[in-house]
Amino acid sequence: MRKEYNLIFERSIEGHRAYDLPNIDVPVLDSLIPSEYLSETDIPLPELAEIDVVRHYTNLSRRNFGVDNGFYPLGSCTMKYNPKINEETAKLFNNIHPYADQDCVQGALHIMAHTAEMLAEIAGMDACCLQPAAGAHGELTGIMLIKAYHESRNDFDRKIIIVPDAAHGTNPATAAMAGYKIKEIKSAADGGIDLDALRAAVGPDTAGLMLTNPSTLGLFEKNIIEVARIVHDAGGLLYYDGANLNAVMGIVRPGDMGFDVMHINLHKTFSTPHGGGGPGSGPVAVKEKLIPFLPKPVVKRTENGYVLDYDRPQSIGRVKNFYGNFSVIVRAYTYLLSLGADGIREAAENAVLNANYIRSKLRGVYDIPYDRICMHEFVATPNEKMRANHVTTMDVAKSLIDRGYHPPTIYFPLIVHEAMMIEPTETESKATLDAFIEVMKQLAHEGETNPEALHNAPVTTPIGRPDDVKAARMPIVKFCE
Amino acid sequence: MKSYVPHTENERREMLESIGVKSIDELFSDVPASLLLKRRLNIGEGMSEVEIRKAFLELVNKNRTDLKVFRGAGAYNHYIPSLVLELSARSELYTAYTPYQAEMSQGMLQAIFEYQTFICRLTGLDVSNASVYDGATAAAEAMVMMLNATRKKKLLLSAGLHPEVIETVKTYAHSIGVEIVVVPLNEKGMTDIAQLKANAEGFAGLIAQNPNFFGVIEDMKALADCAHELGGLFTAYVNPIALGMLKRPADYGADIAIGDGQPLGVPMSFGGPYFGFMACTNKLIRNLPGRIAGQTEDAEGNRAFVLTLQAREQHIRRDKASSNICSNQMLCAIMASIYMAVMGKHGIKEVAEQCLQKAHYLADGLTQIKGFKLRYASPFFHEFVTDCEYDAEKLNDALKAKGFMGGLPLGRVIKGEHGMLWCVTEMNSRQDIDDLICAVESIVKEGLA
Repeated sequence: MRKEYNLIFERSIEGHRAYDLPNIDVPVLDSLIPSEYLSETDIPLPELAEIDVVRHYTNLSRRNFGVDNGFYPLGSCTMKYNPKINEETAKLFNNIHPYADQDCVQGALHIMAHTAEMLAEIAGMDACCLQPAAGAHGELTGIMLIKAYHESRNDFDRKIIIVPDAAHGTNPATAAMAGYKIKEIKSAADGGIDLDALRAAVGPDTAGLMLTNPSTLGLFEKNIIEVARIVHDAGGLLYYDGANLNAVMGIVRPGDMGFDVMHINLHKTFSTPHGGGGPGSGPVAVKEKLIPFLPKPVVKRTENGYVLDYDRPQSIGRVKNFYGNFSVIVRAYTYLLSLGADGIREAAENAVLNANYIRSKLRGVYDIPYDRICMHEFVATPNEKMRANHVTTMDVAKSLIDRGYHPPTIYFPLIVHEAMMIEPTETESKATLDAFIEVMKQLAHEGETNPEALHNAPVTTPIGRPDDVKAARMPIVKFCE
Repeated sequence: MKSYVPHTENERREMLESIGVKSIDELFSDVPASLLLKRRLNIGEGMSEVEIRKAFLELVNKNRTDLKVFRGAGAYNHYIPSLVLELSARSELYTAYTPYQAEMSQGMLQAIFEYQTFICRLTGLDVSNASVYDGATAAAEAMVMMLNATRKKKLLLSAGLHPEVIETVKTYAHSIGVEIVVVPLNEKGMTDIAQLKANAEGFAGLIAQNPNFFGVIEDMKALADCAHELGGLFTAYVNPIALGMLKRPADYGADIAIGDGQPLGVPMSFGGPYFGFMACTNKLIRNLPGRIAGQTEDAEGNRAFVLTLQAREQHIRRDKASSNICSNQMLCAIMASIYMAVMGKHGIKEVAEQCLQKAHYLADGLTQIKGFKLRYASPFFHEFVTDCEYDAEKLNDALKAKGFMGGLPLGRVIKGEHGMLWCVTEMNSRQDIDDLICAVESIVKEGLA
């Protein structure tokens, strides 16, 4: 089973070639560029025949695991099925130049305008900008909008963003990148925001609060109305981290909860594939008071069709080239059109149903630190007997791999020791969930009776557990002959 | 309408029973009743696949992609080998998340490791990350790297950078209170070294683009040397296809090399997704943002790949991280790897040579038309600016009517500009170029412009 696989650079044979260009058909002139600007050597790229390139990447793909291979309950990542019709429609726009004249791109602009409107409606916000390229990029944009808002009111003393300890790591990292200091507040015993801690944290220096709701524990913040009131009364704004939006679409809207600005992960909630790390797309939706500050350009409907509006004097400016990850937006648009209002709500309902079903079946088998009705995900840990046998969350995760599953998110949120964050999503069948539950039970049993087997996992994969410490201590980050 | 939910009503009932609730609504009992949305979302009814296809056909017909493209300005119409789209559509790759579980993600991790190697070879530098969002955000991240490495609060940008790159960097800089000075170009269209020196007091570094936005090949060695002598770092923003011919960032001592990877096999797709590449010297490795794949081994000594140096990243360091980046543009970066594997060392060189020759052929043709001249006498690669006595937008409209997407009227991206920025790639045949020149000639004669 264990087998190394040669790098593409190790397959190079001098003189092989896979490319084919038409012959140059204009007169070839010498000395167009002074020699001091020219490289003296060729770029050391590999030389391969076409079939060898095909086999290399085909075989790399066989050493990888995606949602199309099997169940992928990676908490907070919403690994739902990526519909194939989305891939089909996305390709239809491959050949549009971003600086094509606006009368040549009315179809593309329609998609942007309509997607933004639908996302704003789902968010309960007044406008949506599609420019940010990923969730963290959307967060950064959103926090910059909060800053622009305060500055527009000549309020320069708000230097602090409040972040709960259960937050995604991107939240504090984003606030720091936007020039803010971070005040972290501890969660209450029930996993929600500690209102007293929040009251103590807010003040005239509060720029805003960043919150995921449902939280990273998969729990809906019951006191959200009060949370919003405390922050708003202190003059701060509320940022909604949309990573967990899948739980509440069509049921309750962040804008109605009191949030002022949020990002949406199209690559989670709206079914666009994660691509092994990207591209994602992180549109930002805002309440009316933040609209003037949105990144430019903004797509506008006019009597003569759609236009890109650059005349936005209060805009924070651009956050990237062009208009966003357009073909990702096309995929999300296709999904929105496919599902419609009822489908969107049905997706959220069943995401929550599936998570609660697994939770109900694993109760008593694993420890569930916050064992109450959850939203789209919940957190479990190895039980007491397993822990006594030194069976870790890592052992459970690696054993799941041998049984054909992608493990849940592990060791997050940080506030739960040995956390396994399980998010099944709505696109999995009851049969799939039952099979997973059965395997989880078997692993618990094995962990209680024969822990060695778990410590050794995985055994069915191309490599065993890799030495991470060695990788970091002596970094080898490229191939050297 | 389909939500891709497989459950039957019976299954749903069994599941609710197991949970111990009577209805789906009960699952949402934590949500304050006053907040529940008591109406349907106003986003329309769901559609079948047949209806979706019809809707998209209508949308596609509202775009025009039949024009012959002579426009670049940050997005380039290059040949994309069939393998690129075909292989990157392997769903084991595109439906995967970031490879957190190394044992079942060796394919992706090896692809990242190979991508990093490709970028290091392309730029000549020591280390590459696994990509960032695009060229503009790569520039913003390079700014943060240079500020952190030097502990300074000021950055110089060449006016030869893409205007949208400058805007993006300014957006990022504003929020952290960093001073940005844009160094103007001289009469040759090259970054003005005297101005660079005059503004260098207390600067962290300089970012300059090659070939620059106006197509001119910069003296990158002179800029790098000057930045270093003045105590700053130097970031080269480069077009990867031009590296098939031009000196590589390591050749002239760049500390960081960045750029937009779109020309390497990524479709134009109305502006995205593309990817930003970032490479740097070993010295700066701990400042590099984003994912990095590294080589290690398992207990049996098998070569293995993992995400490494994660102590830089947001999920570990939180507010002390080198960047907040989490998702990147991995699949686009893999498309670029496939492109480079197909083209190989000779292919990229040949693409660069064809771009160079064909762009000069067009420039010669255009400048023989009355009223047209090249703005700069400097060497250029595959883009150049013309100034002419005709209105750029009117000329553009007339060309569109004849089936051409001509040079970009620069007034659209830079206030007060009247020139046009033309681009020619290997995709433009001599016949296309001749036809374009004829079209411009006849437009000028007919006095349309």
